Amino acid sequence: MELPIYLDNNATTPLDPRVLEAMLPYFTNKFGNAASRNHAFGWVAEEAVDYAREQVAKLIGCTDKEIIFTSGATEADNLAIKGVFEMYADKGNHIITATTEHKAVLDTCKHLEKLGAKITYLNVKEDGLIDLQELEAAMTPETILVSIMYGNNEIGVVQPVKEISAIAHKHGALFMTDATQAVGKIPVDVNADGIDLMAFSAHKMYGPKGIGALYVRRKGPRVKVTAQMDGGGHERGMRSGTLNVPGIVGFGKACELCRLEMDEEAKRLSALRDKLENALLGLEESYVNGNKEHRLPHVANISFKYVEGEGLMMAMKDLAVSSGSACTSASLEPSYVLKSLGLSDDLAHSSIRFGLGRFTTEEEVDYAIENTRNAVNHLRDLSPLWEMFKEGIDLSKIEWAEH
Amino acid sequence: MAYSEKVIDHYTNPRNVGTLNKDSKNVGTGLVGAPECGDVMRLQIEVDDNNVITDAKFKTFGCGSAIASSSLATEWLKGKSIDEALTIDNMDIVEELALPPVKIHCSVLAEDAIKSAINDYRVKNGLEALELPKSHH
Repeated sequence: MELPIYLDNNATTPLDPRVLEAMLPYFTNKFGNAASRNHAFGWVAEEAVDYAREQVAKLIGCTDKEIIFTSGATEADNLAIKGVFEMYADKGNHIITATTEHKAVLDTCKHLEKLGAKITYLNVKEDGLIDLQELEAAMTPETILVSIMYGNNEIGVVQPVKEISAIAHKHGALFMTDATQAVGKIPVDVNADGIDLMAFSAHKMYGPKGIGALYVRRKGPRVKVTAQMDGGGHERGMRSGTLNVPGIVGFGKACELCRLEMDEEAKRLSALRDKLENALLGLEESYVNGNKEHRLPHVANISFKYVEGEGLMMAMKDLAVSSGSACTSASLEPSYVLKSLGLSDDLAHSSIRFGLGRFTTEEEVDYAIENTRNAVNHLRDLSPLWEMFKEGIDLSKIEWAEH
Repeated sequence: MAYSEKVIDHYTNPRNVGTLNKDSKNVGTGLVGAPECGDVMRLQIEVDDNNVITDAKFKTFGCGSAIASSSLATEWLKGKSIDEALTIDNMDIVEELALPPVKIHCSVLAEDAIKSAINDYRVKNGLEALELPKSHH
């Protein structure tokens, strides 16, 4: 077992060696531009892109013509939301999203607000899921788009996308989802789920960074988005720019591997995750954040009360994890996702996200349990809050010095 | 962001972790920060009849830099008179631990904790509390 152990697979995943192997020829001897129509170099590249497009489409149950390659999920989110806002301007200007969305969605919506969009930010329930009745109540005749993520990047909760898309469609709006964390991890089928637009990315599923896609529905309804990148009219005019052929080839291979291995892998990961989670919940005053039933198989977000997340991570020095604490950021604000669940700031500061992945072994999980346990105990020995809690002092009654 | 060696040293082997009897007349206790902000420091000093700090203890809820700042503060306090202790400036801590700009607030908190502990001791012993500058952050 090599140290440190990587348990931050929601941030990014390592490239699968099988993906790398598929990509390598497209950097060197198969370097052609897929848009070069008049020689063999171009044809070879185009053929590789066509094949990869099918591999990607197959994973999410769509046709190859519905895949628009982008630089990643952030660009796909931007293209979907800004593109719909522009394209459907004569139908309305109202977009519904949620407070726990990724910044790529939230900041895009904020940008559109300046351009005259009306945005509703739905709150989530304590378990991180949106309230379907609130969504229904927020729908108006001007609503053109509902954008709710599939699986959350911090806590892993999976939203009821089928129900959400049904509500959106009932009111004549499109349904878009950022499925970056879900695609390749759990079955995502754009038709079964009623998805009109979907953003996802290769590097969260053992593919390369710098390549992602936007799924754009072509039938029932035919969805159109206004291009946000103008140029040569690539990707059916929706995203100009020379195609990243090696990236696309890698993305395709990564999708194929996920499709073939997902069922087994999800079982293996959820068993490991449960082992980790149950062991750590054995520590006093530790809590799982988010719905435990509807969530991705590989994520556990746990708050260890009375210790601060960043300090904790420093003691977990052989583990690469992330924390909802934001001691390093200028604002000192803890995770807005955890706060949206109604978590108090101190519990948000005390959270650690464990993200397991394809290359995580049971031995590593056992090590992580031991290392985390020791770290929490070490920091609680240093924590005045823990001492006060143990003495039975109600911390909420103390007047803390403002700072 | 990488931590400096000195931060890691204090974090891994914190000096003077513990609790003094806060009800004792020659112990001053400073409790600063807030759980919502992600850091709380409790710093205690024990003072002899000559106004010299003979012991100092801390416990801190916070990041590695906050823990290191308070650990260092207890080291510096021991053997100093109360008046000397008041001259400890947060920038001395920043320099000693090579704290990056985003961690300066940890040193400020440590300075606040020192002053707050001294004031607690002063008030307990019939002296007036010193005017403390308002929190810097």
